[in-house]
Amino acid sequence: MEYILSFLHQHIDLIYIVILSIFLGVEVISRVPSVLHTPLMSGANAIHGVVIIGAIIVMGKAEPDNYLALIIGFLAVILGTINVVGGFVVTDRMLEMFKGKKK
Amino acid sequence: MGSSILSIIYLIGSITFILGLKMLSKPDTARKGNLVAAAGMTLAILGTIFLYKIDDVPLHNYGWIFTGLLIGGIIGVLSAKKVKMTAMPEMVSMFNGMGGACAALISIVEFNHLVASGASAGGMVAIILLSLVIGAVSCAGSIIAWGKLAGKIKDFSFNGQHILNLGVLAVIIGLFVWLVLGVGATATSLVVFYTVLALALFYGILFVLPIGGADMPVVISLLNSFTGVAAACGGFLYNNPVMLTGGILVGSAGTILTILMCKAMNRSLKNVLIGSFGGGATVAAGGNKDQGHYKEISLNDAAVVMAYANKVIIVPGYGLAVAQAQHACHELEKQLEERGVEVKYAIHPVAGRMPGHMNVLLAEADVPYEKLLEMEDANTEFPTTDVVLVLGANDVVNPAAKKDPASPIYGMPILEVEQAKVVIVNKRSMKPGYAGIENDLFFQPKTSMLFGDAKKVLQELLAAIKEV
Repeated sequence: MEYILSFLHQHIDLIYIVILSIFLGVEVISRVPSVLHTPLMSGANAIHGVVIIGAIIVMGKAEPDNYLALIIGFLAVILGTINVVGGFVVTDRMLEMFKGKKK
Repeated sequence: MGSSILSIIYLIGSITFILGLKMLSKPDTARKGNLVAAAGMTLAILGTIFLYKIDDVPLHNYGWIFTGLLIGGIIGVLSAKKVKMTAMPEMVSMFNGMGGACAALISIVEFNHLVASGASAGGMVAIILLSLVIGAVSCAGSIIAWGKLAGKIKDFSFNGQHILNLGVLAVIIGLFVWLVLGVGATATSLVVFYTVLALALFYGILFVLPIGGADMPVVISLLNSFTGVAAACGGFLYNNPVMLTGGILVGSAGTILTILMCKAMNRSLKNVLIGSFGGGATVAAGGNKDQGHYKEISLNDAAVVMAYANKVIIVPGYGLAVAQAQHACHELEKQLEERGVEVKYAIHPVAGRMPGHMNVLLAEADVPYEKLLEMEDANTEFPTTDVVLVLGANDVVNPAAKKDPASPIYGMPILEVEQAKVVIVNKRSMKPGYAGIENDLFFQPKTSMLFGDAKKVLQELLAAIKEV
């Protein structure tokens, strides 16, 4: 119990961010037209690719002889990048088509 | 100096994610929103590479990092550019799976690191495990969802599946608690750790496998928010605010989006996850009933009926998408308009494989935006419509959703095409649609069937109309 309390206390700033972000996410998304569901999902998909930062940190702090960390980290960087880059490009391709018909 | 710049960069990154999501939810600003978020992401990635420090030691292994970024970037761009518009949903699912895998891999390295350093910090173990489990479930689930949408994996359910699912989940939670509270990070716990990983992957497969293909968009959206939470765990792990805001935003926005999608289909999330759509029981219920006979219509007859109509409404469905017939469809529409026929499209919110999917496809074929009617507007127009042409849509025009309380799609809002004078249905065969149920519409007296691949039929119809 005491242990959990101290963990919460240590990370209280982050917990504030979590709580506020939850409400922010809900507010930002509500009342989106159904036409945009697919692109929005795809865009959100690209944004959670931010996990790539973790992969870069893993990779960047690995000792040169720690092959497990190097190989797994390397894979993680590749997969994370595919998520980010592919996600944004696919979303842009979808939205490009919406734009064309406005003229 | 460097680390204070990095803090500002992370702040900017977080703001762009919020702005980006906000802009993405409005049609006018959506594209810009995507670019804003992408710019913020690039900044955050570059900032991390060059400015991140652990105890005043900058990151190294730049060669590995840039090679990884390059390989991933090339694969990402190529696959995103080459994918057909119709295969978009499975592509998104695949990208999502990779994000989940990335989170799980990070956890593996960090746990090993923790074991090697001998520090037994329960809080860290909990965060690492959470990211591992969520990431692995999301990864395995997304791959199954991808396989289902691509038609590579069939729906699969067996008796007692829910019990097995719950059992696996209970074991995962049990081991989780045991690792966090009991053993901490030691060499033995490494074995337990990999067991949890295997079970989480297994659970991801079990979780998605019985869910029907028609509900896949909901599942992908849900897994999307899972990956968001996994990314946010990384934020705790590295005390990294941008990972935290990005991840949690996607987690909460994704959950809301999932619920909105369920609403568009008039189904509850619980229903989607537990009641497997199109399972054995529903097929039996549909199959026992005598359906009567359907009638076919020849191409020429169909052409004449349409050419002399005042108003034609086209109802596109997934059949049109797989046949890549959106361009042929637009040609037909132009030809009919030249003859003075009013042509519109009725778009069901879940036409295609995902909400909004059909709008994207038709936009690709340059169909003007004003011609696309949303469901409510279309339903008020059907009574004054002469011909409705249903192109590869099935469940979204199934009157059973209104009339038959025993039907698994009962309550789903549908396009009431039977209000029109004549209904022409183009399908490849009489096989039931994605939900696996028969459609009474096809057996009604005013309905005629026009069998064949949507693209081929449309081209032939176009030629026939020119000759009328």
